[in-house]
Formats: sequence, C-alpha cells, structure tokens
Amino acid sequence: MTDASHPGLAACPGCVATPRDAADVAPQASRLALSLPGIHCQACISGVEKALNAHPGVTSARVNLTLKRAMIDADPDVAAADLIPVLEGAGYEAHELDLSAISATATSKAGRELLLRLAVAGFASMNVMLLSVSVWSGASDATRDMFHWISAAITLPAIAFSAQPFFRNAWSALSVGRLNMDVPIVLAIVLALVTSLWETMLSGEHAYFDAALTLTFFLLAGRYLDHRTRAVARSAAEELTALEVPRAFRIEAGVPQERAVSDLAIGDLVLVRPGGRMPVDGIVVDGQSEIDRSLLTGETVPVFAGIDTAVSAGEVNLTGPLTVRATAVGTDTSLHRMADLVAIAESGRSRYTSLADSAAKLYAPGVHILSALSFLGWYLWSGDLRVALNIAAAVLIITCPCALGLAVPAVTTAASGRLFRKGMLIKHATALERLAEVDTVVFDKTGTLTAGTPELVNLSDHSPSHLAIALALAEGSAHPLSRAISDAARAAGVTAARVSDITEVPGYGTEGLWQGLRVRLGRAAWVGGGQSDRTAAWLAVGADAPVPFVFADALRPGAAEAVAALQASGKRVWLMSGDTTPAVQALADRLGIADWLAETLPQDKAAKVQQMAQDGARVLMVGDGLNDTGALAAAHVSISPASALDAARVASDIVLLGQDLEPIAEACGTARKATRRIRENFRIATVYNVIAVPLAVAGLATPLIAALAMSLSSITVSLNALRLR
Amino acid sequence: MTVLSYLIPISLFLGGVGLLAFVYTVRSNQYDDPEGDARRILSNDWDEHPKP
Repeated sequence: MTDASHPGLAACPGCVATPRDAADVAPQASRLALSLPGIHCQACISGVEKALNAHPGVTSARVNLTLKRAMIDADPDVAAADLIPVLEGAGYEAHELDLSAISATATSKAGRELLLRLAVAGFASMNVMLLSVSVWSGASDATRDMFHWISAAITLPAIAFSAQPFFRNAWSALSVGRLNMDVPIVLAIVLALVTSLWETMLSGEHAYFDAALTLTFFLLAGRYLDHRTRAVARSAAEELTALEVPRAFRIEAGVPQERAVSDLAIGDLVLVRPGGRMPVDGIVVDGQSEIDRSLLTGETVPVFAGIDTAVSAGEVNLTGPLTVRATAVGTDTSLHRMADLVAIAESGRSRYTSLADSAAKLYAPGVHILSALSFLGWYLWSGDLRVALNIAAAVLIITCPCALGLAVPAVTTAASGRLFRKGMLIKHATALERLAEVDTVVFDKTGTLTAGTPELVNLSDHSPSHLAIALALAEGSAHPLSRAISDAARAAGVTAARVSDITEVPGYGTEGLWQGLRVRLGRAAWVGGGQSDRTAAWLAVGADAPVPFVFADALRPGAAEAVAALQASGKRVWLMSGDTTPAVQALADRLGIADWLAETLPQDKAAKVQQMAQDGARVLMVGDGLNDTGALAAAHVSISPASALDAARVASDIVLLGQDLEPIAEACGTARKATRRIRENFRIATVYNVIAVPLAVAGLATPLIAALAMSLSSITVSLNALRLR
Repeated sequence: MTVLSYLIPISLFLGGVGLLAFVYTVRSNQYDDPEGDARRILSNDWDEHPKP
C-alpha cells in the first residue's frame, strides 16, 4: 500500500486541532496518562501514537480508544507538559491526567473476575446441556446414569467457582438477618445440586445439573452488565477528577516552586497566577487583582482583591498575580466545610428503595414459602421424602429469578448507554429510577443556566470612536470583561483605534494615550463612573464623562430549549441563585421562569429544596457551584455539569459531560421509559412463573420444561430491554 | 455406544482448550479497548512486517 491510499486526517473531521493553554508542569514520572477527548477514529490512533513515539525519551505509547486515553512509558525526565504541545501540534486536544486519581485497576480486576466466572459457567453449561439433550431425547439406563455422573463431575467444580459471588452475597445478607435476591438463588442452586446428586446415585430419571448451571450463567450475565455500566460511569467520573491536577506554587526563598496542594501548611506564601484557583484560604500579602467568587456564592461581578483582602479556596484569580499567606489548608478550608453540608444531606438519599429491592422483598419470601409448602404438601400426601424434595427443588428452579436478575441491569445498561452517547454520565445505580419520578426542577444560575462568561449587551449605545478606543484598550488585557468587549466589537466590524502606552493596572483596568488624551477602561471607582447594579466596565476619554459598557451572563447552549421542554412536559421549573435580584430576574424573564429566588445563601438553597420535598415534590436539582452542593445532595436526584467543582460533581447523581443543557429534558423522558421497561420486565417474569409454577407444584415439571422456561424468560426480558436503544 | 467413550472426552477437551484460550485473552488485557482494537485493523502501519 502506498501513502496515497492512506485515509489521513481529512477522513476524520473530529481530528481538527483544538488549541488550549498548556497544562502545568508534571512531576517526574516514568508512566504518564493523557486524556484525548477529541479522538474517535483509526487515523487519530495512529496519528497520536506516531507523534508520541517520535518524541525523544518516549519508550512506548498506546492509545485506548474506548477510554479516549493514551498511556505513555517514558524516561523520568519527560513530563506530560512536554508531550501536550507535541500532540497539539499534530492536531489533537490533550490534557494531563492525575494517575493517582484513576483507580481503574481495582474496577477492571473485579470485572475480569466476573468475566472469568461467566466464561466457566458458560463453558460448563454448554457441555452439560449437550449431555442433558441426549438424556431428554431418550438415553436410558446405564448410558443415562453415565451422562448424569459426567454432568455432576463438570457441574460441581464449575458451580463452586462461578457461583461464589452469590454465595458471598447471600451469606453477608443472612449473617445480618436479612433476605436478598441472592438467598433464593443460592438455595435453588444448592437444592438442585443435592437432589440431582441424590437422584443420580439412585439411578433416577431427572437431574437438574444443566438448570443449576444455566441459572448461574444468566445471573452472572446480569451482574456483568451491571458492573460494566457502573465501571464505565466510574472511570469517566474518575477522569474528570484526574483532570484537575492538584498543584500550587509555594514561594520558597523568594522563588515559586511547584508543590502538591496537600503539602501546603498554614503560614506558607502561595503564588496564584491569573486564571488559577485559590488552593487555600488566606490573606493577600502582595499584588492586586480581581477575583471571581461565582463558584462559591453565585455572584457574577468580580470582586477587587488587594493587600489584606481575605480569599477562600475555590475562588478564581482573574487579572494580576497574587501572593497569599495561607490561614487554612486542606480539610479546614471553607471549601471543605461547605462540602460537609453534603454529608448531612446525603443520609436522606440512602432511604430510597430501588425497584429491584422492592421486587426482591416481595419475591424472596414468596418463593421460599411456596417451595416449603409444596415440600410439606407432597411429603404429607405421598410420605416419600425423595419425591417431596425433588418437587421443592423444581419449584425453586422454575421460579428462579433469572429474568428478575436480568430485568433491571439489562434496562439500565441500555438506558445508560443511550444517555452516555448524549453526553450524560449516570453515576448512581438508582439515579434513573429517581429521575423518572421528578416533577420539579431547580436550576442554579451562574455556571449552570449561564456559561459563566459575560456578554456585552449595550454595544449599540456607543459611538464608533468610543468603541474603537474600548477595543484597543480591551485587547491589552485577558480579563473576561475585556475579552467580551473585544469579541463583541470585532463581531460588529469595529477596528481598533491607535492607542499608545497601553498598561494594565491589575484589579482596576487598562489605560493608555489616544491623540494625546488619557483613556481608561475599567472599574467604576477607578475611571470615575457612577453606580450600576449590573456588571459594567466604564470607559473614560480624557476629561469627558465616563460611559458604561454593560454585561449580561451568556446563556449556556441548550438552556432555553431545556427549560421550555421541561415546562412543556408539565414540570415546575425554579431558578435559585446567590446572585443579585436584578441579574436573576432578568434571566428568569428571558427564559420564562415564573418561580425564582435571588441572593440565596447555600443553607437557604438546601433548606428550600428540603421544604419542597416535604411538601411532596420530587426535586431535580441542577447546579455547579459549591453553594449548590447542599441542595444537590438534598434533592431527590441531581445533575451537575462537568465544569462544576469537584465537590458538586461528587454530590450529584448525574454528570453532564458536554456544554449543552438540552439532554436534561430528554433524560427525564428516557428515565421514565426505562422505569416502564423495568416494570414490564417484572410482569413478563411473573407471567412465566404463573404458567410454570403450577406445573412444578403439581409435580409435572421436567428438567426440559425448567430449561425452556428459564431461557425463554431471560431472552424475552433482554430483548424487551433492547427496545430502549 | 463405545464411540461415546471417545467422543465425550474429545468434546470436553476441545471445550477446555477454548476455555483456556479465553482465560489467556482475559489475563493479557485483550478486552481493555474493544473499540480501538476494532479500528486498528484499518490502519496500514505495520502492514509490511510486524511491529518490532
């Protein structure tokens, strides 16, 4: 093959470069992990591997497309920060991953173990089924006995290995005096083996070795599906955490040194660069800047920070470098104290009983009583212990919860897969069921309904010359408001005026000289502007009266559609924010939300959500900030965007991976459909039991009927679940 | 029926070989990246000779 036939990058539109600021310097390590969110085809794999392997010092690099990750073995002096520009040069977005936050090994070990048990059960059940079919089709006498003995020789070790998870679960439930789904399963398997062995010894006609094995196989399949769904969600959630490499710059002997956040102590001087997040609570000792508190309080207006300003962990430094003396570190920071609200509210969550649990609660005692009754009845009527035991075993096997064991995992796997493709990550096992019951949706404002980036709203109020000066000054700064001005002005076709001597005064604004006049763009107090209750930057030209540039928060894509769709499906939508009343009211009017609360404290949010729950509402909370975590944990079910603080993501059941909010409305629909399918599956399983159980109790069930009922019900249930895709 | 005494051990042996092969694939991490492995076949790197 020649290079001309190579599909190349053009074949894959996702391979377009996404430029991004290079991540911080990595610690020295020989094993590195990079997240590659943009890759999705064969050309991406070989492109990334070629680029990485060509880098000096890299021993080997392998891409995992399923996890969208590259694992790299390299010399100790190669850092992730060296490799990210290499990949960006080749056109791939790459982020460093904190390997210590990815505990994939434990998860994949459990999955591998289940897969092995599943394989052994499948292998054994196929062989035993082969022998059983010969018995059913007429093998008799010595041949039948031999077949039964061979089956026993295969079945006993296979069950001893494969069914261990059920034995363990049943034992742990019984030892605390409870019944779960695994108790009847273990009883059915053990009773089937004992009676079959007994029958084989006495040259009996019926042996249930195949039933015991297929039962184990189907149930393990359900467990494995369940495990995979959760493992995918867990690894994606871990990846979000691993993307935030916790490092800070500590000033040691006058020089900033990169250190892990956990190494910081009270009294340390920490340098926080523009764009960085405060790692500790502290007091500013040097520098001037503005800080963004929106993740903590929901306020969108940046706050001025100078010497002696108190700052809290989690706030973002916007303009100038700040040196902070730490007053609280680690778990003592206000960030962590607020996250404690979560632990309190979380305890209410665990009271929720899943559909599977409530089915097991009905099912387990029912099956035991039925089987015991048929044993007693037959023993009293025929006086033959062997017949009675055989029939009790047949009842247990026929009512086997195969279909019940598959009913929930098959549906949740299908539904989670569907939502994952839409960019939603289902973290909690019962999140879908809870989402299906939601009738009230509470949104946070900043960072959730809005993108957290300001948008200039009064461009048309300004004269062209003012706009040209503002554009020139705005381009001299990386402040979010400056960037909003330059984006809006460039989009309107404004060209920058010739302004000389542009300097940025951190925390205040930018100034320069235009036609000999001093021009300033910045905070009202510095420029001489008036008061405004909305976010504004002021422009002063010479001695003229300053003019305001007013900003509103840009809506997140899909926000309007999501709110409209939720309202159309009959849900009450609330807006709760820590921001000022005018800002919240403006957004509520824009989206058509009638119920809103402004200037709420974190405790108020959680209390309001709890009060709604007491009034009988099922609340879905959507929020991203630390001030939302209490409410997220108190709500019936909660969603947070991937851009949220770690604490908020931990507190929520579902994480929204993309920027778009629109999937939320669809997720409610999918969740309702999934719950309907689960109930349908329970009904299907019940119908099979209603037909087969009377046969078993009457003593008419044969191993053939048991095998048919079991396989048919399991397959119907799985197919029904697949309809959801 | 003497043929059974050959056939049953043979079928068990063959099944066992399959099981061992599966255990080997699980142990050597061959199910870690099903999506990537499915696409790697389209690549024409190492078409001429295997990766050293």
